[in-house]
Amino acid sequence: MDSAQATTTAAKQMKMNRSGRERRPLQKSLRLHWQLYLLVLLPIMYFVIFKYIPMFNSVLAFKEYNITKGIWGSPWVGFKYFELFFENPVAWTLIKNTLHISLYQLAVTFPVPILLALALNEIRNGRFKRTVQMVTYAPHFISTVVMVSIIMLFLSPRLGIVNTILNAFGMESVNFLGSSKLFSTVFVFSELWQTAGYSAIIFLAALAGIDPSLYEAAKVDGASRMQKIRHVDLPGILPAAVIVLILSVGNIMALGFEKIYLLQNPLNLETSEIIATYVYKMGLLNANYSFATAVGLLNSIVNLVLLVIVNAAARRVSDNSLW
Amino acid sequence: MTAERTRIQESPGDKLFLGGVYTFLLLALVIVLYPLVYIVSASFSSPEAVASGEVWLFPVHFSLEGYKAVFGNSLILTGYANSLFYAATGTLISVTLTIMIAYPLSRKTFYGRGPLIFFVLFTMLFAGGLIPTYMVVKTLGLIDTRWALLLPNAILAYQVIIARTFFQSTVPDELVEASQLDGCSDIRFIGSVVLPLSKPIIAVLALMYAVGQWNAYFDALIYLKTQELYPLQLILRSILVLNNATPIDAEEMIRRQQIAELMKYSLIIVASIPVLVIYPFVQKYFVKGVLIGSVKG
Repeated sequence: MDSAQATTTAAKQMKMNRSGRERRPLQKSLRLHWQLYLLVLLPIMYFVIFKYIPMFNSVLAFKEYNITKGIWGSPWVGFKYFELFFENPVAWTLIKNTLHISLYQLAVTFPVPILLALALNEIRNGRFKRTVQMVTYAPHFISTVVMVSIIMLFLSPRLGIVNTILNAFGMESVNFLGSSKLFSTVFVFSELWQTAGYSAIIFLAALAGIDPSLYEAAKVDGASRMQKIRHVDLPGILPAAVIVLILSVGNIMALGFEKIYLLQNPLNLETSEIIATYVYKMGLLNANYSFATAVGLLNSIVNLVLLVIVNAAARRVSDNSLW
Repeated sequence: MTAERTRIQESPGDKLFLGGVYTFLLLALVIVLYPLVYIVSASFSSPEAVASGEVWLFPVHFSLEGYKAVFGNSLILTGYANSLFYAATGTLISVTLTIMIAYPLSRKTFYGRGPLIFFVLFTMLFAGGLIPTYMVVKTLGLIDTRWALLLPNAILAYQVIIARTFFQSTVPDELVEASQLDGCSDIRFIGSVVLPLSKPIIAVLALMYAVGQWNAYFDALIYLKTQELYPLQLILRSILVLNNATPIDAEEMIRRQQIAELMKYSLIIVASIPVLVIYPFVQKYFVKGVLIGSVKG
């Protein structure tokens, strides 16, 4: 009785609240939730200082940086540094390398986790399944520095286990990291080794969410395992796959700096120098601030545009999109 | 039940297919596992065995020389202590700040929620870039201080989204409304209701931030100059990647080179131990993190 009354009162009060909110929403919310506003203050300051101010600092790309005058006091130079970048033949090499490694990476690391998830979903043996999952997720937690040193140790022309195995089969040793031709392959397949298992999680979840009645129906229709995968599993994971694809394409230009920088050496630099590593070297090592900011800004903008385009395309084609 | 039925109806074609599936998974298992086993075995072998390529699966001439070299190196020990500090402090700061913004963003009656979510998400779409961020850190006087590793990446927008989604689905609006009617303040509600309900998400956030902080090297590379402040990953970089191991003495050169080579394997193990030791116990939380994050919202 009491609780029922309380609920009605609550409902009435809610209604009043709602009409009140329509009149002066901000004041109302402020009075009611001033403590929440106090809470978000510090995080907002964080985002302003470390994320938004740097965005505005990007105007440095259009200025001649003068250390005594600071960013805002430095004189404008328009598109000088963008022109400087494109006049340099190195620009096209950088763009080519970035795109090549990114697209190669996408072509390899996008489909394999899907295959892995589909395969894991087929088997019923709990222990084997759990072992495969546990082992394949593990490399995700290895740090970039350790990963790169594993690559170096394994691929070392003199002592590396990979070349020992090649020699055992009568093949000659290969200097994997000293070859500009093999660089992208080494990068992409080590990336696959490290991320395939972890990336499969999202597809496994999508598979687990498929309506069981679809499988029942497939069974009644006498579908083989292959047909079941094609007509039930694949459509079931399509939304997740589209989202993952959009995010990957949106990251094409934001190719990971950390691993590539560590894998670089003078012998493979021809194909391993990408925009991000170039920005670091020009900006922080050579103190060429304005120039490096211009190149970085260009990269960010291309990235954002790519993301928007892919998202729009995905929405039109498949009804799945980020926003 | 389902397993039984599937087995009964298995056609020859399906059996063959299933065989293929098992082969594929077994291959994946071996490919991922072998390098890990090899590193562990090499780290426990003698320097000569590693140098001559005798190790291929199990330790050869069991020895702890590699580990002795690792623990005899004061740089590594300092780096280790630093990394423990950065991981612990950084995680505390990050989790606190993330919850401070994620919880209000999960409340429907919080005016300005929409624009604020966009404000956070936009940082995932467009970033100021390396140099402009460096300038901010420099202006604040954080260069070459411990803060440079703790503050610039304290909140990850992705984690805010995960936490917000969790709060939205775990803390029912009715409960919030009831508490307001009872005159319970937001802060008290967070302390006595939200946080106790949120142990899983706090675990997810803490683990993701801690592993991220433990494994990071880039911020340290650009912001730190003093070696005493270096996290382990930066020390690892100079030993493992740049090969600045031990100063080479002409007499014992070969022997030292061998130990330096062996030490790399032991160092990989030592550096990965904190993460690998907790990994089996926390695997489910990471999976949970990915799953919450994948819910659109």
